[in-house]
Amino acid sequence: MGRAVSSSSGKFKAGDRVRVRTDDRPGHIRTPWYIRGKTGWIERMYGEFLNPESLGHGGDGLPKRILYLVAFNQTDVWGATQAPRDKVLVDIYEHWLDPAA
Amino acid sequence: MSDAPSEAHGHDHPKHELSYYAKRIYAIRDLLLEKGVITEKDIQCQIEYQEARSPANGAKLVARAWVDPAFKARLINDPKRACAEMDIDAASINEFVVLENTQKVRHMVVCTLCSCYPRPILGRPPDWYKSLNYRQRAVNDPRGIMREFGLVPSDDVEVRVHDSTADIRYLVLPLRPEGSGGLGEDELAKLVTRDSMIGVTDALPAATLK
Repeated sequence: MGRAVSSSSGKFKAGDRVRVRTDDRPGHIRTPWYIRGKTGWIERMYGEFLNPESLGHGGDGLPKRILYLVAFNQTDVWGATQAPRDKVLVDIYEHWLDPAA
Repeated sequence: MSDAPSEAHGHDHPKHELSYYAKRIYAIRDLLLEKGVITEKDIQCQIEYQEARSPANGAKLVARAWVDPAFKARLINDPKRACAEMDIDAASINEFVVLENTQKVRHMVVCTLCSCYPRPILGRPPDWYKSLNYRQRAVNDPRGIMREFGLVPSDDVEVRVHDSTADIRYLVLPLRPEGSGGLGEDELAKLVTRDSMIGVTDALPAATLK
């Protein structure tokens, strides 16, 4: 991964449990509604990227944001009708994540 | 701006009734040409570039990975370098990640926000990939979608749906079909479909070539 930054510069590391923020504000946002408020875990840190919430409105994308691959049990997102082993994985920027127990 | 595109400025417009958005894009094209921002040749070159990118690129990568374990390792660890080895230009992808299917884990890719897709590797996305139906159901009924593509993963298989919401573009590395042991790389590539690299189904059975 060419863009990976050192794991010490990220707030989270692989395996950490995280909860997606439930913010709602106007503008260009890359955190889908269905995953807001859900709890999962960090699968992998991808590194630093220009912030699309700034780029989407003609900004410079700075400061860069750390992007994570976050995994969720399908049963935690959609309920018990889902296959127990299945996962949904979403690319989420650090400022959308809070630590979870 | 008139409702109908004017006909007398050097290029043809479609003769059928245009939608609002089609009229708008033709109007923007005409303005960009008139103001000298782009040329007709630029547009033609871009069309040719877009059309040149096709699932054949992805199929070449997958077939090579099936026959060459060292290449497969490079494709998974440093996908862009592996593309360069195969003369596939992946430079325009910000970050490219390959998801390997196994007997126990199966990946499927969607972009619920829009239609993010590894275009240099797979070309333009199919219409169904961009449809609201797929984008909504891929994340909460992936097994239902796989069933519609003729695939029924058993209960002990883990289905992992990747929602590509940011700068990462995902390619699924499908399982090599059973009975394909004697086939060469070019023949194997014919078994690697676009849909198998999105992950909604398997590569074609080896018997397809007979």
